[in-house]
Amino acid sequence: MIDVKGLSKSFGDHLVLDNIDQHISPGEKVVVIGPSGSGKSTFLRCLNLLEQPTAGTITFDGVVITDPKVDIDAIRRQMGMVFQHFNLFPNMTIRRNITLAPVRTGLMKQEEADAEAAKLLERVGLTEKADSYPAQLSGGQKQRIAIVRALAMKPKLMLFDEPTSALDPEMVGEVLDVMKELAREGMTMVVVTHEMGFAREVGSRVIFMDGGKIVEENEPHAFFAGPKEQRTIDFLSKVL
Amino acid sequence: MFQGAIDWLDRIGPRVYTAFVEGDRWKLYLKGLGLTLEMTVVALCFGLVLGLIVAVIRTAHDQQRVDRRKNPLLGLLNGICQIYTTVIRGTPMLVQLFIWTFVIFPSVRNKVLIGFIGLGVNSGAYVAEIVRGGLMSVDIGQSEASRSLGMNYLDTMRFIVVPQAFKNILPSLGNEFITLFKDTSLVQAIGGTELLYYASTIGGRTFDYMPPLIGIAVMYLVVVIVLTWLQSKLERRLRQSDRR
Repeated sequence: MIDVKGLSKSFGDHLVLDNIDQHISPGEKVVVIGPSGSGKSTFLRCLNLLEQPTAGTITFDGVVITDPKVDIDAIRRQMGMVFQHFNLFPNMTIRRNITLAPVRTGLMKQEEADAEAAKLLERVGLTEKADSYPAQLSGGQKQRIAIVRALAMKPKLMLFDEPTSALDPEMVGEVLDVMKELAREGMTMVVVTHEMGFAREVGSRVIFMDGGKIVEENEPHAFFAGPKEQRTIDFLSKVL
Repeated sequence: MFQGAIDWLDRIGPRVYTAFVEGDRWKLYLKGLGLTLEMTVVALCFGLVLGLIVAVIRTAHDQQRVDRRKNPLLGLLNGICQIYTTVIRGTPMLVQLFIWTFVIFPSVRNKVLIGFIGLGVNSGAYVAEIVRGGLMSVDIGQSEASRSLGMNYLDTMRFIVVPQAFKNILPSLGNEFITLFKDTSLVQAIGGTELLYYASTIGGRTFDYMPPLIGIAVMYLVVVIVLTWLQSKLERRLRQSDRR
Protein backbone atom coordinates (compact mmCIF):
# COMPACT_ATOMS: atom_id res chain seq x y z
CA MET A 1 0.00 0.00 0.00
CA ILE A 2 2.79 2.41 0.92
CA ASP A 3 6.29 2.02 -0.36
CA VAL A 4 9.01 4.27 1.04
CA LYS A 5 12.37 4.31 -0.68
CA GLY A 6 15.47 6.18 0.45
CA LEU A 7 13.43 8.72 2.45
CA SER A 8 15.51 11.49 3.97
CA LYS A 9 14.45 14.73 5.59
CA SER A 10 16.61 17.48 6.97
CA PHE A 11 15.69 20.76 8.60
CA GLY A 12 18.58 23.00 7.63
CA ASP A 13 21.73 21.12 8.60
CA HIS A 14 19.91 18.80 10.94
CA LEU A 15 19.24 15.39 9.41
CA VAL A 16 16.02 14.07 10.93
CA LEU A 17 15.36 11.07 8.69
CA ASP A 18 18.28 9.18 7.23
CA ASN A 19 17.60 7.08 4.16
CA ILE A 20 14.58 5.08 5.30
CA ASP A 21 13.13 2.16 3.35
CA GLN A 22 9.81 0.78 4.45
CA HIS A 23 6.85 -1.09 3.08
CA ILE A 24 3.40 -1.07 4.61
CA SER A 25 0.86 -3.60 3.35
CA PRO A 26 -2.93 -3.22 3.45
CA GLY A 27 -4.40 -4.22 6.80
CA GLU A 28 -1.14 -3.84 8.68
CA LYS A 29 -1.04 -2.02 12.01
CA VAL A 30 2.42 -0.54 12.19
CA VAL A 31 3.40 0.92 15.54
CA VAL A 32 6.35 3.29 15.51
CA ILE A 33 8.14 3.80 18.81
CA GLY A 34 11.36 5.51 19.81
CA PRO A 35 12.81 8.28 21.99
CA SER A 36 11.78 11.86 21.31
CA GLY A 37 13.75 13.43 18.49
CA SER A 38 14.20 10.06 16.82
CA GLY A 39 12.31 11.22 13.73
CA LYS A 40 9.23 9.05 14.19
CA SER A 41 6.74 11.92 13.93
CA THR A 42 8.58 13.37 10.95
CA PHE A 43 8.44 9.96 9.29
CA LEU A 44 4.70 9.83 9.81
CA ARG A 45 4.20 13.40 8.56
CA CYS A 46 6.21 12.62 5.44
CA LEU A 47 3.74 9.87 4.54
CA ASN A 48 1.03 12.44 3.71
CA LEU A 49 3.54 15.13 2.78
CA LEU A 50 2.80 17.45 5.68
CA GLU A 51 6.58 17.42 5.66
CA GLN A 52 8.20 17.58 2.26
CA PRO A 53 10.93 14.92 2.07
CA THR A 54 14.40 16.15 1.16
CA ALA A 55 15.15 12.98 -0.76
CA GLY A 56 13.53 9.68 -1.64
CA THR A 57 10.21 8.56 -3.01
CA ILE A 58 6.93 7.55 -1.40
CA THR A 59 4.48 5.47 -3.41
CA PHE A 60 0.87 5.13 -2.32
CA ASP A 61 -1.34 2.65 -4.17
CA GLY A 62 0.97 2.80 -7.16
CA VAL A 63 1.12 6.62 -7.28
CA VAL A 64 4.45 8.32 -6.62
CA ILE A 65 3.15 11.02 -4.28
CA THR A 66 6.52 12.75 -3.92
CA ASP A 67 6.23 13.74 -7.59
CA PRO A 68 5.49 17.53 -7.61
CA LYS A 69 2.87 17.06 -10.33
CA VAL A 70 0.69 14.80 -8.18
CA ASP A 71 -2.55 16.30 -6.82
CA ILE A 72 -1.64 15.95 -3.17
CA ASP A 73 -5.12 16.94 -1.98
CA ALA A 74 -6.59 13.91 -3.77
CA ILE A 75 -4.00 11.65 -2.10
CA ARG A 76 -4.58 13.11 1.35
CA ARG A 77 -8.32 12.42 1.03
CA GLN A 78 -7.43 8.73 1.17
CA MET A 79 -5.25 9.04 4.26
CA GLY A 80 -6.73 10.11 7.58
CA MET A 81 -4.52 11.77 10.15
CA VAL A 82 -4.94 12.21 13.88
CA PHE A 83 -2.75 14.74 15.70
CA GLN A 84 -1.35 14.90 19.19
CA HIS A 85 -3.17 18.17 19.88
CA PHE A 86 -6.44 17.12 18.19
CA ASN A 87 -6.57 20.24 15.98
CA LEU A 88 -10.32 20.35 15.91
CA PHE A 89 -11.67 23.54 14.32
CA PRO A 90 -12.75 25.65 17.31
CA ASN A 91 -14.98 27.91 15.21
CA MET A 92 -17.36 25.12 14.21
CA THR A 93 -19.71 22.69 15.86
CA ILE A 94 -18.67 19.07 16.13
CA ARG A 95 -21.06 18.14 13.35
CA ARG A 96 -19.53 20.69 11.02
CA ASN A 97 -16.02 19.64 12.03
CA ILE A 98 -16.88 16.19 10.74
CA THR A 99 -18.88 17.11 7.65
CA LEU A 100 -16.90 20.06 6.28
CA ALA A 101 -14.18 18.12 4.47
CA PRO A 102 -16.42 15.43 2.90
CA VAL A 103 -18.78 18.12 1.61
CA ARG A 104 -16.14 20.57 0.40
CA THR A 105 -14.14 17.91 -1.41
CA GLY A 106 -17.25 16.66 -3.17
CA LEU A 107 -17.22 13.26 -1.50
CA MET A 108 -20.74 13.64 -0.10
CA LYS A 109 -23.76 15.93 -0.17
CA GLN A 110 -24.49 17.77 3.07
CA GLU A 111 -27.38 15.41 3.97
CA GLU A 112 -25.26 12.30 3.37
CA ALA A 113 -22.44 13.81 5.40
CA ASP A 114 -24.80 14.64 8.25
CA ALA A 115 -26.11 11.08 8.27
CA GLU A 116 -22.57 9.75 8.18
CA ALA A 117 -21.56 12.07 11.02
CA ALA A 118 -24.50 10.86 13.11
CA LYS A 119 -23.47 7.26 12.52
CA LEU A 120 -19.84 7.94 13.42
CA LEU A 121 -20.77 9.92 16.52
CA GLU A 122 -22.96 7.10 17.72
CA ARG A 123 -20.12 4.70 17.21
CA VAL A 124 -17.87 6.66 19.59
CA GLY A 125 -20.75 7.39 21.96
CA LEU A 126 -20.78 11.16 21.46
CA THR A 127 -24.11 11.62 19.69
CA GLU A 128 -25.26 14.30 22.12
CA LYS A 129 -22.18 16.43 21.35
CA ALA A 130 -23.06 17.01 17.69
CA ASP A 131 -24.02 20.64 18.25
CA SER A 132 -21.37 21.43 20.83
CA TYR A 133 -18.15 23.28 20.15
CA PRO A 134 -14.71 21.73 20.66
CA ALA A 135 -14.01 23.96 23.67
CA GLN A 136 -16.85 22.24 25.56
CA LEU A 137 -15.30 18.78 25.22
CA SER A 138 -12.74 16.96 27.32
CA GLY A 139 -9.43 15.94 25.77
CA GLY A 140 -10.50 12.35 25.30
CA GLN A 141 -13.73 13.40 23.66
CA LYS A 142 -11.86 15.80 21.38
CA GLN A 143 -9.51 13.09 20.24
CA ARG A 144 -12.36 10.66 19.58
CA ILE A 145 -13.99 13.37 17.47
CA ALA A 146 -10.71 13.95 15.65
CA ILE A 147 -10.56 10.25 14.77
CA VAL A 148 -14.14 10.30 13.58
CA ARG A 149 -13.50 13.45 11.54
CA ALA A 150 -10.71 11.66 9.70
CA LEU A 151 -12.88 8.56 9.23
CA ALA A 152 -15.65 10.62 7.61
CA MET A 153 -13.41 10.90 4.54
CA LYS A 154 -13.51 7.09 4.30
CA PRO A 155 -9.71 6.81 4.18
CA LYS A 156 -7.82 3.68 3.20
CA LEU A 157 -5.17 4.35 5.79
CA MET A 158 -5.02 6.13 9.13
CA LEU A 159 -1.98 7.92 10.50
CA PHE A 160 -1.82 8.58 14.25
CA ASP A 161 0.74 11.05 15.58
CA GLU A 162 1.04 10.41 19.34
CA PRO A 163 -2.76 10.46 19.73
CA THR A 164 -2.74 9.95 23.50
CA SER A 165 0.31 12.00 24.53
CA ALA A 166 -1.62 15.18 25.28
CA LEU A 167 -4.35 13.43 27.27
CA ASP A 168 -4.92 13.09 30.98
CA PRO A 169 -4.10 9.49 31.94
CA GLU A 170 -7.72 8.64 32.72
CA MET A 171 -8.75 9.58 29.17
CA VAL A 172 -6.16 7.52 27.34
CA GLY A 173 -8.26 4.37 27.54
CA GLU A 174 -11.31 5.72 25.74
CA VAL A 175 -9.17 6.85 22.79
CA LEU A 176 -7.23 3.60 22.61
CA ASP A 177 -10.52 1.67 22.65
CA VAL A 178 -11.67 3.49 19.53
CA MET A 179 -8.35 2.77 17.86
CA LYS A 180 -8.51 -0.90 18.82
CA GLU A 181 -11.97 -1.21 17.38
CA LEU A 182 -10.74 0.41 14.20
CA ALA A 183 -7.88 -2.06 14.06
CA ARG A 184 -10.28 -4.99 14.49
CA GLU A 185 -12.27 -3.75 11.51
CA GLY A 186 -9.18 -4.15 9.39
CA MET A 187 -8.10 -0.53 8.91
CA THR A 188 -4.51 -0.05 7.84
CA MET A 189 -2.88 2.01 10.56
CA VAL A 190 0.45 3.67 11.23
CA VAL A 191 0.65 4.74 14.85
CA VAL A 192 3.39 6.77 16.50
CA THR A 193 2.92 6.23 20.22
CA HIS A 194 4.45 5.73 23.63
CA GLU A 195 1.74 3.25 24.63
CA MET A 196 3.68 -0.01 24.71
CA GLY A 197 0.60 -1.93 25.80
CA PHE A 198 -1.19 -0.79 22.67
CA ALA A 199 1.80 -1.70 20.51
CA ARG A 200 1.84 -5.20 21.96
CA GLU A 201 -1.88 -5.78 21.80
CA VAL A 202 -2.83 -4.20 18.48
CA GLY A 203 0.31 -3.88 16.43
CA SER A 204 1.08 -6.33 13.67
CA ARG A 205 4.58 -4.90 13.48
CA VAL A 206 6.63 -2.67 15.74
CA ILE A 207 9.25 -0.31 14.37
CA PHE A 208 11.86 1.13 16.70
CA MET A 209 13.46 4.34 15.46
CA ASP A 210 16.43 6.26 16.76
CA GLY A 211 18.58 9.00 15.25
CA GLY A 212 16.53 9.14 12.06
CA LYS A 213 17.02 5.46 11.29
CA ILE A 214 14.97 2.32 11.76
CA VAL A 215 17.00 0.41 14.32
CA GLU A 216 14.86 -2.67 14.62
CA GLU A 217 11.48 -3.98 13.54
CA ASN A 218 9.62 -7.12 14.35
CA GLU A 219 6.31 -8.74 15.14
CA PRO A 220 5.34 -7.31 18.58
CA HIS A 221 5.66 -10.41 20.77
CA ALA A 222 9.07 -11.21 19.43
CA PHE A 223 10.01 -7.55 19.56
CA PHE A 224 9.20 -7.09 23.23
CA ALA A 225 10.31 -10.57 24.29
CA GLY A 226 13.65 -10.62 22.53
CA PRO A 227 14.96 -7.30 21.21
CA LYS A 228 18.20 -7.82 19.31
CA GLU A 229 19.85 -4.42 19.12
CA GLN A 230 21.52 -2.96 22.21
CA ARG A 231 19.84 0.43 21.59
CA THR A 232 16.41 -1.23 21.59
CA ILE A 233 17.17 -3.10 24.79
CA ASP A 234 18.26 0.14 26.49
CA PHE A 235 15.12 1.94 25.36
CA LEU A 236 12.75 -0.83 26.38
CA SER A 237 14.39 -1.20 29.77
CA LYS A 238 13.60 2.45 30.42
CA VAL A 239 9.99 2.51 29.26
CA LEU A 240 8.70 -0.88 30.31
CA MET B 1 -6.45 88.51 37.44
CA PHE B 2 -9.79 87.47 38.90
CA GLN B 3 -11.52 90.33 37.09
CA GLY B 4 -9.84 89.22 33.84
CA ALA B 5 -11.29 85.76 34.14
CA ILE B 6 -14.78 87.13 34.71
CA ASP B 7 -14.45 89.41 31.67
CA TRP B 8 -13.27 86.45 29.57
CA LEU B 9 -16.19 84.33 30.67
CA ASP B 10 -18.49 87.25 29.98
CA ARG B 11 -17.32 87.41 26.39
CA ILE B 12 -17.33 83.65 25.76
CA GLY B 13 -21.10 83.47 25.30
CA PRO B 14 -21.25 85.80 22.29
CA ARG B 15 -18.13 84.17 20.79
CA VAL B 16 -19.73 80.73 20.96
CA TYR B 17 -22.92 82.18 19.56
CA THR B 18 -21.02 83.69 16.63
CA ALA B 19 -19.12 80.49 15.96
CA PHE B 20 -21.97 78.00 16.14
CA VAL B 21 -25.41 79.61 15.97
CA GLU B 22 -25.18 82.77 13.86
CA GLY B 23 -26.17 82.20 10.25
CA ASP B 24 -26.98 78.54 11.05
CA ARG B 25 -23.26 77.75 11.16
CA TRP B 26 -23.90 74.56 13.17
CA LYS B 27 -25.19 73.06 9.96
CA LEU B 28 -21.73 73.49 8.45
CA TYR B 29 -20.15 71.58 11.36
CA LEU B 30 -22.62 68.77 10.94
CA LYS B 31 -21.97 68.71 7.21
CA GLY B 32 -18.21 68.64 7.90
CA LEU B 33 -18.61 65.83 10.41
CA GLY B 34 -20.67 63.89 7.88
CA LEU B 35 -18.02 64.36 5.22
CA THR B 36 -15.29 63.32 7.64
CA LEU B 37 -17.15 60.14 8.60
CA GLU B 38 -17.87 59.42 4.94
CA MET B 39 -14.20 59.87 4.09
CA THR B 40 -13.21 57.54 6.92
CA VAL B 41 -15.58 54.80 5.80
CA VAL B 42 -14.71 55.05 2.11
CA ALA B 43 -10.97 55.12 2.83
CA LEU B 44 -11.24 52.19 5.21
CA CYS B 45 -13.18 50.10 2.68
CA PHE B 46 -10.59 50.96 0.06
CA GLY B 47 -7.83 50.18 2.57
CA LEU B 48 -9.47 46.90 3.57
CA VAL B 49 -9.67 45.63 -0.01
CA LEU B 50 -6.12 46.70 -0.75
CA GLY B 51 -4.84 45.37 2.58
CA LEU B 52 -6.55 42.00 2.15
CA ILE B 53 -5.05 41.52 -1.30
CA VAL B 54 -1.58 42.43 -0.07
CA ALA B 55 -1.91 40.24 3.03
CA VAL B 56 -3.07 37.22 1.04
CA ILE B 57 -0.23 37.61 -1.47
CA ARG B 58 2.36 37.96 1.27
CA THR B 59 1.03 35.06 3.34
CA ALA B 60 0.71 32.80 0.30
CA HIS B 61 4.30 33.65 -0.59
CA ASP B 62 5.59 32.98 2.91
CA GLN B 63 3.72 29.69 3.20
CA GLN B 64 4.95 28.18 -0.05
CA ARG B 65 6.33 24.75 0.54
CA VAL B 66 10.03 24.90 1.16
CA ASP B 67 12.16 22.58 -0.95
CA ARG B 68 9.99 23.32 -3.95
CA ARG B 69 10.61 25.77 -6.76
CA LYS B 70 9.07 29.07 -5.80
CA ASN B 71 6.40 30.60 -7.99
CA PRO B 72 8.18 33.53 -9.74
CA LEU B 73 4.99 35.58 -10.24
CA LEU B 74 4.20 35.29 -6.55
CA GLY B 75 7.75 36.35 -5.78
CA LEU B 76 7.38 39.47 -7.93
CA LEU B 77 4.00 40.37 -6.40
CA ASN B 78 5.39 39.80 -2.93
CA GLY B 79 8.28 42.16 -3.74
CA ILE B 80 5.87 44.87 -4.90
CA CYS B 81 3.73 44.42 -1.79
CA GLN B 82 6.75 44.63 0.45
CA ILE B 83 7.91 47.88 -1.18
CA TYR B 84 4.37 49.26 -0.88
CA THR B 85 4.03 48.57 2.85
CA THR B 86 7.57 49.76 3.58
CA VAL B 87 7.24 53.06 1.69
CA ILE B 88 3.74 53.87 2.94
CA ARG B 89 4.47 53.01 6.55
CA GLY B 90 7.84 54.74 6.44
CA THR B 91 6.73 58.17 5.19
CA PRO B 92 4.49 60.80 6.82
CA MET B 93 0.85 60.77 5.84
CA LEU B 94 0.85 64.51 5.06
CA VAL B 95 3.81 64.14 2.71
CA GLN B 96 1.97 61.31 0.94
CA LEU B 97 -1.14 63.48 0.55
CA PHE B 98 0.96 66.33 -0.91
CA ILE B 99 2.58 63.91 -3.35
CA TRP B 100 -0.83 62.61 -4.47
CA THR B 101 -2.11 66.16 -4.91
CA PHE B 102 0.81 68.05 -6.43
CA VAL B 103 2.90 65.31 -8.07
CA ILE B 104 0.62 62.49 -9.17
CA PHE B 105 -2.74 64.24 -9.76
CA PRO B 106 -1.88 67.95 -10.18
CA SER B 107 -4.81 68.61 -12.51
CA VAL B 108 -7.52 66.94 -10.45
CA ARG B 109 -9.78 69.54 -8.82
CA ASN B 110 -11.73 67.11 -6.63
CA LYS B 111 -9.56 67.15 -3.52
CA VAL B 112 -11.94 64.92 -1.58
CA LEU B 113 -11.38 62.19 -4.16
CA ILE B 114 -7.63 62.55 -3.70
CA GLY B 115 -8.27 62.37 0.03
CA PHE B 116 -10.07 59.02 -0.46
CA ILE B 117 -7.15 57.67 -2.47
CA GLY B 118 -4.43 59.02 -0.21
CA LEU B 119 -6.06 57.80 3.00
CA GLY B 120 -7.12 54.49 1.44
CA VAL B 121 -3.68 53.67 0.10
CA ASN B 122 -2.17 54.64 3.42
CA SER B 123 -4.54 52.57 5.54
CA GLY B 124 -4.19 49.62 3.11
CA ALA B 125 -0.56 49.25 4.13
CA TYR B 126 -1.46 49.13 7.81
CA VAL B 127 -4.44 46.84 7.29
CA ALA B 128 -2.20 44.49 5.28
CA GLU B 129 0.17 44.11 8.22
CA ILE B 130 -2.71 43.69 10.67
CA VAL B 131 -4.34 40.99 8.53
CA ARG B 132 -1.05 39.24 7.86
CA GLY B 133 -0.31 39.15 11.58
CA GLY B 134 -3.80 37.77 12.19
CA LEU B 135 -3.42 35.01 9.60
CA MET B 136 -0.02 34.05 11.01
CA SER B 137 -1.43 33.94 14.54
CA VAL B 138 -3.70 30.98 13.76
CA ASP B 139 -2.10 27.75 14.98
CA ILE B 140 -0.36 25.94 12.12
CA GLY B 141 -2.00 22.73 13.32
CA GLN B 142 -5.33 24.11 12.12
CA SER B 143 -4.28 24.31 8.50
CA GLU B 144 -2.39 21.02 8.81
CA ALA B 145 -5.55 19.32 10.00
CA SER B 146 -7.55 20.84 7.18
CA ARG B 147 -4.98 19.93 4.53
CA SER B 148 -4.64 16.41 5.93
CA LEU B 149 -8.37 15.98 5.30
CA GLY B 150 -7.74 16.78 1.64
CA MET B 151 -9.11 20.30 1.57
CA ASN B 152 -7.22 22.68 -0.70
CA TYR B 153 -5.39 25.87 0.25
CA LEU B 154 -8.26 28.21 -0.59
CA ASP B 155 -10.91 26.23 1.31
CA THR B 156 -8.53 25.96 4.25
CA MET B 157 -8.12 29.73 4.28
CA ARG B 158 -11.81 30.39 3.78
CA PHE B 159 -13.30 28.02 6.34
CA ILE B 160 -10.54 27.47 8.88
CA VAL B 161 -7.88 30.18 8.97
CA VAL B 162 -9.66 33.42 8.04
CA PRO B 163 -12.63 32.99 10.43
CA GLN B 164 -10.23 32.36 13.31
CA ALA B 165 -7.89 35.16 12.27
CA PHE B 166 -10.83 37.56 12.11
CA LYS B 167 -11.30 37.44 15.86
CA ASN B 168 -7.64 38.36 16.43
CA ILE B 169 -7.72 41.05 13.77
CA LEU B 170 -10.85 42.88 14.86
CA PRO B 171 -9.40 44.92 17.77
CA SER B 172 -6.48 46.19 15.68
CA LEU B 173 -8.83 46.95 12.83
CA GLY B 174 -10.95 49.03 15.20
CA ASN B 175 -7.86 51.00 16.20
CA GLU B 176 -7.01 51.53 12.54
CA PHE B 177 -10.51 52.90 11.97
CA ILE B 178 -10.06 55.36 14.84
CA THR B 179 -6.64 56.46 13.60
CA LEU B 180 -8.01 56.92 10.11
CA PHE B 181 -10.92 58.95 11.42
CA LYS B 182 -8.54 61.41 13.07
CA ASP B 183 -6.17 61.45 10.10
CA THR B 184 -8.92 62.69 7.78
CA SER B 185 -8.22 66.15 9.19
CA LEU B 186 -4.97 66.14 7.21
CA VAL B 187 -7.00 66.29 4.03
CA GLN B 188 -7.79 69.92 4.93
CA ALA B 189 -4.17 70.74 4.05
CA ILE B 190 -4.73 69.82 0.40
CA GLY B 191 -8.01 71.72 0.27
CA GLY B 192 -10.42 68.86 0.86
CA THR B 193 -13.69 69.77 2.54
CA GLU B 194 -14.15 68.04 5.87
CA LEU B 195 -14.68 68.99 9.50
CA LEU B 196 -11.44 70.92 10.04
CA TYR B 197 -11.94 72.74 6.74
CA TYR B 198 -15.27 74.18 7.87
CA ALA B 199 -13.96 75.02 11.33
CA SER B 200 -11.02 77.00 9.98
CA THR B 201 -13.18 78.70 7.37
CA ILE B 202 -15.59 79.82 10.07
CA GLY B 203 -12.65 80.84 12.26
CA GLY B 204 -11.27 82.96 9.45
CA ARG B 205 -14.58 84.61 8.68
CA THR B 206 -15.37 85.53 12.32
CA PHE B 207 -11.75 86.35 13.23
CA ASP B 208 -12.08 83.98 16.16
CA TYR B 209 -10.51 80.52 15.95
CA MET B 210 -10.89 79.37 19.52
CA PRO B 211 -14.57 78.32 19.66
CA PRO B 212 -14.71 76.43 16.33
CA LEU B 213 -11.41 74.57 16.93
CA ILE B 214 -12.26 73.58 20.50
CA GLY B 215 -15.73 72.69 19.22
CA ILE B 216 -14.51 70.27 16.57
CA ALA B 217 -11.91 68.81 18.96
CA VAL B 218 -14.85 67.89 21.21
CA MET B 219 -16.68 66.40 18.20
CA TYR B 220 -13.69 64.24 17.26
CA LEU B 221 -13.32 63.15 20.87
CA VAL B 222 -16.98 62.19 21.24
CA VAL B 223 -16.91 60.12 18.05
CA VAL B 224 -13.70 58.35 19.13
CA ILE B 225 -15.16 57.60 22.57
CA VAL B 226 -18.29 56.15 20.96
CA LEU B 227 -16.19 54.05 18.56
CA THR B 228 -14.00 52.76 21.39
CA TRP B 229 -17.07 51.79 23.36
CA LEU B 230 -18.56 49.93 20.40
CA GLN B 231 -15.24 48.19 19.86
CA SER B 232 -14.96 46.91 23.42
CA LYS B 233 -18.55 45.74 23.29
CA LEU B 234 -17.91 43.80 20.11
CA GLU B 235 -14.75 42.26 21.54
CA ARG B 236 -16.58 41.13 24.63
CA ARG B 237 -19.24 39.54 22.44
CA LEU B 238 -16.60 37.68 20.42
CA ARG B 239 -14.78 36.50 23.49
CA GLN B 240 -18.00 35.04 24.84
CA SER B 241 -18.17 32.67 21.89
CA ASP B 242 -14.77 31.29 22.94
CA ARG B 243 -16.18 30.09 26.19
CA ARG B 244 -19.25 28.51 24.65
